[in-house]
Amino acid sequence: MGKLFAAIVAAIALVSAGVFVARIWWLPPDISTLGPAIDRQIVETMVATGVLFVLAQLALAWFVWGTGDEKNRRPIKRFPGGATPLVVIACTIVGIEIITLTLIGSKVWARIFLEPAPPEALHVDVQAGQFAFYFRYAGADGKFGTPHPDKIDEGSGNFFGLDPASDTAARDDIVSAELVVPVNRPVLLTLHAKDVSHSFFVPQLRLQQDFVPGLDIPLHFTATQVAKTEIVCTQLCGLGHYNMKTYLEVKSQADFDQWLKDQAAQQ
Amino acid sequence: MMRGIAAMLAGLLVVAPSTPRVKTLAGSVTGTITFTGTPPKMKPIDMAKEPSCAKEHATPVETETVVTGPNNTLQFVVIYVSAGDMGTAATQTVKFDQHGCQYLPHVQAMHTGQPLEITNSDQTSHNIHPLPSKNPEWNKSQPPGAAPIQTKYDNAEFIPVKCNVHPWMHGYFAVLGTSHFAISGTDGSYTITGLPPGKYTLTAWQEKFGTQTQDITISGSETAKANFVFKATPY
Repeated sequence: MGKLFAAIVAAIALVSAGVFVARIWWLPPDISTLGPAIDRQIVETMVATGVLFVLAQLALAWFVWGTGDEKNRRPIKRFPGGATPLVVIACTIVGIEIITLTLIGSKVWARIFLEPAPPEALHVDVQAGQFAFYFRYAGADGKFGTPHPDKIDEGSGNFFGLDPASDTAARDDIVSAELVVPVNRPVLLTLHAKDVSHSFFVPQLRLQQDFVPGLDIPLHFTATQVAKTEIVCTQLCGLGHYNMKTYLEVKSQADFDQWLKDQAAQQ
Repeated sequence: MMRGIAAMLAGLLVVAPSTPRVKTLAGSVTGTITFTGTPPKMKPIDMAKEPSCAKEHATPVETETVVTGPNNTLQFVVIYVSAGDMGTAATQTVKFDQHGCQYLPHVQAMHTGQPLEITNSDQTSHNIHPLPSKNPEWNKSQPPGAAPIQTKYDNAEFIPVKCNVHPWMHGYFAVLGTSHFAISGTDGSYTITGLPPGKYTLTAWQEKFGTQTQDITISGSETAKANFVFKATPY
């Protein structure tokens, strides 16, 4: 029985590690300038944790194989007590590994969250509410109208609570249910939540950021390929969460300009 | 005892012949709802995230806050008697459907206590959420193929209706204390029939432009005329 258990433990460890080594169910294609750095970080994390995982599981299998069926077992060492040095060594190794990964990873993190967006970035205001995303572009005047939460009226399409009657900057704001951006141009999103927490997740951009009610959260990226992909909410936000999604469309600059023009005519 | 029965018989003799005559004397009122000025531009609704609804519409649908027709006419205006004979409560069921991720009709009028049946004929789930202030509030999920929701409202008010799943879905329940009401059609016209002789105040309600009233008198079986003109602003 001990040998069977050892074989199963070893098989699970090797097969699950093999799925990653062979890159079955790997990440979707990356279409972001930040993607390579994030992918490298993910691979480093997978290698570091994966090697420890496989070694630990094989060691467990080896011990079980040799001693699992023994009749006269040696007394089990307990912690604290007999096993203390072993536990301290294990914690130190894992601790060093986690701290190292954090320090290396913080560089990538900082590129996304601590560095400001380049000044030429296209600004898009994003609002998440149960259960849809809406995106706002500044329009011809280059200025966003001031949002007034009390004026939000979704039935008449006023998702951001704009007041065009008295706020002239709001009159040409362009509101879209899909995020459309030009390729190879930095984009700066400002994320607001209308009601509860939501999340902006685009696996192909390697970006995931929560919306938090009451906060305006900046998030920037540059798409490197013309593409169309899904934006999904990954914070359980209520009954319709499963259906909270929209699309990111990366267009050439010319196609983007035309799209913006067509949208402006519809507002 | 005998005197009581005699009195009842006498009462019947007096009442019975007069009842049908009252019924035959019913006038009606008709008119057209129009606007002056510039109404707000209706916005296209992007249903890309709900493909089963998007494919229901050959042309993109727009918001329905202000629906205009030819010659500056206004659709979805509720015209009802706010003073005068209120009629009797209707018992037939009023229907409200969710189709193509829109409410059909956009505005549904009903008498207080009148049965209301809400259906979902879409291939997606809806969560209908009326927002009353004088009636109990509820919201109910309706997956595709779910049984209709049977309900009613006991207090008169205009109730905005929204869908908790699809933010663009929007409609109104006009719960009225009268059975004399109508909703203006695509050409802005309306007709209210079955008005017994008397003086009436008619109210016209538009969700964006508010209400207007007009007094009319029905003396027999004629058709009175009452047009309403709303002042529209672009924002």
